[in-house]
Amino acid sequence: MILFDLGHISLAIGLILILVGFWGILTQKNIIKIIVGFSILDTGINILIVSLGYVKGKTAPIIDQAVQQGADHNVVNAIVDPVPQALVLTAIVIGFGVTALMLAYAMKLFNAKKTLEITKFNDLKW
Amino acid sequence: MLRNTLLAIVLVGMAYMFFNLYNTYESRTELHGIAQHFAQDGAKEVGAANLVTAIVVTYRGFDTLGEVTILFLTASIIAFFLKLNDEDFDKEIVHRDTSELLVTASKVLIPIIFMFGVYVFINGHLTPGGGFQGGAIIATGVALMIMANPNIKLNYHVIHWVESVSGVSFVIVGLLGIALAGGFLDNKVLGLGEFGTLFSAGAIPVIYSFVGLKVGAEISNILNKYQKSQKEI
Repeated sequence: MILFDLGHISLAIGLILILVGFWGILTQKNIIKIIVGFSILDTGINILIVSLGYVKGKTAPIIDQAVQQGADHNVVNAIVDPVPQALVLTAIVIGFGVTALMLAYAMKLFNAKKTLEITKFNDLKW
Repeated sequence: MLRNTLLAIVLVGMAYMFFNLYNTYESRTELHGIAQHFAQDGAKEVGAANLVTAIVVTYRGFDTLGEVTILFLTASIIAFFLKLNDEDFDKEIVHRDTSELLVTASKVLIPIIFMFGVYVFINGHLTPGGGFQGGAIIATGVALMIMANPNIKLNYHVIHWVESVSGVSFVIVGLLGIALAGGFLDNKVLGLGEFGTLFSAGAIPVIYSFVGLKVGAEISNILNKYQKSQKEI
C-alpha cells in the first residue's frame, strides 16, 4: 500500500502530535499541563521535520561498512537527508531551553499564589 | 461556549490544512542540492562516519556555538529568576522518605549513567549521539541523584568550573581552526585519522566532548537551581 510507507506514517504522527499539543495549550487550565502541551507540540514539529527529510527505502546517514557495501560505494544512493536531522538537533535544544524557562516561571507563579490554575492569575484582566 | 466553539473551529481548520498537506506529500526518491554534496563529499572532507555530526559540528559549527549560547542564556535567566541566597543552599526541607528501592538503585546506576553519557559524546562522530545527547544523559544521572536524596548538596563550584572551562575550550578549538586550518571551527586542526575509528574526524570528538561536558554541567546547574529554590508549603 503506497500510502503507508515510513514517510507517510511519520508525517501523520508528527501532524497528530502537533494537533494534540495545540489542543493541550488551548484548553488546559493547569500550567504544568500547558507546559506538557508545549513539549508535545515540540516533539510533533521535530518528527515532522525529520520525516520531510526521509528518502524512500534509504537508511540512517551513518556511513558504516554495511551502508558502503549496500550502496556499491556510492553513499548518495543509500542514506536519507542528513540536513533536517541536524536542524532538529538545534530545535530540540531550543525546546529544552523553552521548557526549562517555563518551568521556572511556573515555580515563581506557584510561589506567588500557591496555585497553578491559570484562571486564578487574572490580575491584568478587567 | 463561544470559546469552545472557536477552539473547535481553530483545531478543525488546522486539521484540515494538515490533512491536505498529508495528502499531497510524496516521499522523495533521491537527494538533491546541499544534501547530495554532504553525502558525497562529507566523509572525505570531514572524516566523520556520522554525517549528522559532521554537519552539526563542522559545516554548521556556528549553529552549534549558538545552541550552546542559548543553553547558557537559559541557565543564566533561570539563575536570575530563581535567585538564591546562602540560606537557600543550607536549608533542609523535610520531604517524604524516598523509597529504599530508589536509593539503592541510584547508587548502582549513577556511575553507569555517567559512563554511558561520556561514551555517547566521545563516540558522537561514529554512532548516533553526540555532545548534547551525552550531556543530557549525564544530567539524568544528576536528576536521579536529586530524586534519591532530595537534600543533597551538589558542589556548584565544580559545576560552574566545568561549564566555564569547557565553554572557553570550545571557542579556543574553534579559533585554532583559523590559525592552523581553513577557518573558524574547522576540524582539520588535528589529523583526520583513519575513517571510522575513535581517533578520527580531526577535532570533532574534542569539540563534542567539550559540548557534552558543558551541556551536562549546564542542565545539572538548572536542576540544582530548581532543587534549591523549592520551599516548604
